[in-house]
Formats: sequence, structure tokens, C-alpha cells
Amino acid sequence: MKKEWPLWEVFVRSKNGLEHRHFGSLHAADADMALVNARDVYTRRSEGVSIWVVESKHIKASNPEHNGELFEPAQDKVYRHPTFYDLPDEIKHM
Amino acid sequence: MSEAQIKSLEEEFEARIARNEKIEPKDWMPEKYRKTHIRQMSQHAHSEIVGMLPEGNWITRAPSLRRKVALLAKVQDEAGHGLYLYSATETLGVSRDELFEQLHTGKAKYSSIFNYPTVTWADMGAIGWLVDGAAIINQVPLCGASYGPYARAMVRVCKEESFHQRQGYELILTLAKGTPEQKEMAQDALNRFWWPALMMFGPRDDDSPNTEQSMKWKLKRKTNDELRQQFIDQTVPQAELIGLTIPDPDLKWNEDKGGYDSGKINWDEFWQVVKGHGPCNKKRMNTRVAAWENGQWVRDAAIAHREKQEQRKMNKTA
Ligand SMILES: [Fe+2]
Ligand SMILES: [Fe+2]
Repeated sequence: MKKEWPLWEVFVRSKNGLEHRHFGSLHAADADMALVNARDVYTRRSEGVSIWVVESKHIKASNPEHNGELFEPAQDKVYRHPTFYDLPDEIKHM
Repeated sequence: MSEAQIKSLEEEFEARIARNEKIEPKDWMPEKYRKTHIRQMSQHAHSEIVGMLPEGNWITRAPSLRRKVALLAKVQDEAGHGLYLYSATETLGVSRDELFEQLHTGKAKYSSIFNYPTVTWADMGAIGWLVDGAAIINQVPLCGASYGPYARAMVRVCKEESFHQRQGYELILTLAKGTPEQKEMAQDALNRFWWPALMMFGPRDDDSPNTEQSMKWKLKRKTNDELRQQFIDQTVPQAELIGLTIPDPDLKWNEDKGGYDSGKINWDEFWQVVKGHGPCNKKRMNTRVAAWENGQWVRDAAIAHREKQEQRKMNKTA
């Protein structure tokens, strides 16, 4: 038959209170196997308390060639930052 | 794209790396960068996978449960390292099956050290101490590699390696402190693994034409000879401490350079093993290919199971 097992992306929450973070990827036939493999490959030393796996083909990624249109517009919006606003020096806690 | 356009893209690319920016999978990259990384990263992954074989040889015969769980955990880590590195390599647009194909047909190389046999239990000590020790020296600088997925995989690998070296050194130290026979066994393992371990740093700088390019792309921070010297200087006192002798009559401290002078490496042997004529090249590949082929029905069954489950779900919702 010779079909390659699909690729999965693995996200691990290191401990409660932290978000799941991308740890890497692996191959598995289905989601259950991907979870078990992720446990063996990425959490051999208690690196996590929760694992998400998602088949890589379901991830839609932005194209770095469009980074200009996507992200540059934020660069000239300095008024989104607190330091943009001039306040008297005597004002504390603001 | 015109040639001029590619040239300017390339210049911008090199400048990004010089500024210590990381390159990520979807970024534009020169074809040579992609190919060089696929070659080096997959070679690295293959080494982790084939590297399990000489040690796997001794798992069932470990002399105590303590040694057995340690060796088992170490070998499992090496499988993990191979998997981190394969998936990092796949981000460059090559499939896992293609990578395996290259390994199994001999098109891709792996570290020659694994083509030496492990004939006694003491070899498990020598491998952890010297082979993982040399690997650490080679790998630590790669945590700063310019290709993001490679650098991230290496950070994880390096964290795990130090246990490998320590368990090996503890093992050989125990033998060195044991009966005369045990000590002899430890010395014999050192005798056989010392020179192949030195060869792990690759050919002499004069015979290593790609060094400059690799330095630019941060695939290398120091030259082969510099890393080899670092290994010798750090390992000699470790041998002395446990009463073992480095099998090199020309080894001697050089006050002026603040390091050891050492004897000539047999480069003929090195190239012989690289070309496939080492003591175990054939055996390693046969074992590896057999494992892959004998596992085919399991991989097929897992896919069939998935398809069946999906079919069942569809029937229910239909
Ligand atoms: Fe490793
Ligand atoms: Fe290791």
C-alpha cells in the first residue's frame, strides 16, 4: 500500500497558567496515534500537562512575502502606545 | 525572476543572517541554502537513528536494572533526536519517505562512528563518554544556526545530551575502579573508540572546503580542527582522573598553546569508513532497512484503520 502517514503539528502546555506552544511535528496515522506519539517524542521529561495535535494540512499560514501589507500598517500607529501621550511629570501611577 | 533580482534577494538574505535574524520555512531562501540544510540536517537525523543500533545491541544484556533503564532511556532519546531533526528537515520541502529512501540507498551519509562494532559492555561507557561528548561539542554551536527549525531542534537535543555523556562516564568510571579485568575492559574500549571519536569532527581544515560557507550560515562556529582540539583538551583530564590512558603516545601538554599536542589521525581509515568500507557499514544498513521493511505492514494497517474509522463516521452522519 505504501502511503506515508500524514504530518501533525504538536502544541504543548508546559504547565497550567501557560498557553499551548508549538513544539514541533511528527507523523502518525490518525489523531489518537498522533497524541500518543507526541507524548513519547515531546514530553519524555515532564515538559507538558496538555497536548494538542492538528494535522499540518489544516493550518493556513500567512505568506512572509506579504509581510509588508500585513504588518507594516501597525508601525506608524504610535498613538496605540502609552508613551505617545504627553502628561505632566507630577502625575504618578498612570 | 531575473538574475539581477535573484542576486539582490541573495544579498538581502545574507545580510539578514549577518544581522542574526533567523530564517523560517516559508521565507525565500537561495536554492543552495535549502539543499545544504537538507543535506546536513538529514545526515544529522540519520546519525541519531543509526546511532541507536550499536547501543541497542547491549540493552538486553545490561548488567543491572539501573544500567538498563539508563541505556534504554538514552537510546529512546536518540530516536527522539532523529524525529525532531527529520521533521525540521521536512520544513524545507522534502518528505520523510524521501529522506528514508536516501538513507536506505546509501545516497545520504550518517556519522561514521556508528560503523564501529560494540563488542563489550564497556563500549556503552565509551560511547556515552566520548561519542556523545564529541557530539555535544559539535552540536552546541548549532543552537545558534540561522535556520529556525534546526536551531530549535538543536536546543532540545542539547538539553538531553548531557545525561547521555554523564551516564557513559559514570559507567566507564565504575569499570575503571573495578576488578583488573573490568579496568582492562574500560581501557580496551577507550583504545578502540578514541581515534574514531576524534574523526567525528570531520576532515582537517585544509581538506574541508565548505567551512567558510557554513560559517556564514551559522552551520559552524568553529573549524573542525578547533573543535577537535577542544575535545582533546577536555577529555584527557577526564581519562587521567579515572586512571585510564589515552592511546596516543604523542599526546603531550603544550604550555605555549595552552592545549595538548596529539598524534596523527589515520585519515585513510576515515575515508575508507566514509566510503562504506568500515567494519559495520553493511550490517548497520541491513538492520535499518530490515526494520523499515518489516514495519511496513504495521504502517499500512494503521492507515487502513484510520480510513475505516473515517468511513464509519461518514456512514453514521449520512
Ligand atoms: Fe542524540
Ligand atoms: Fe546522545
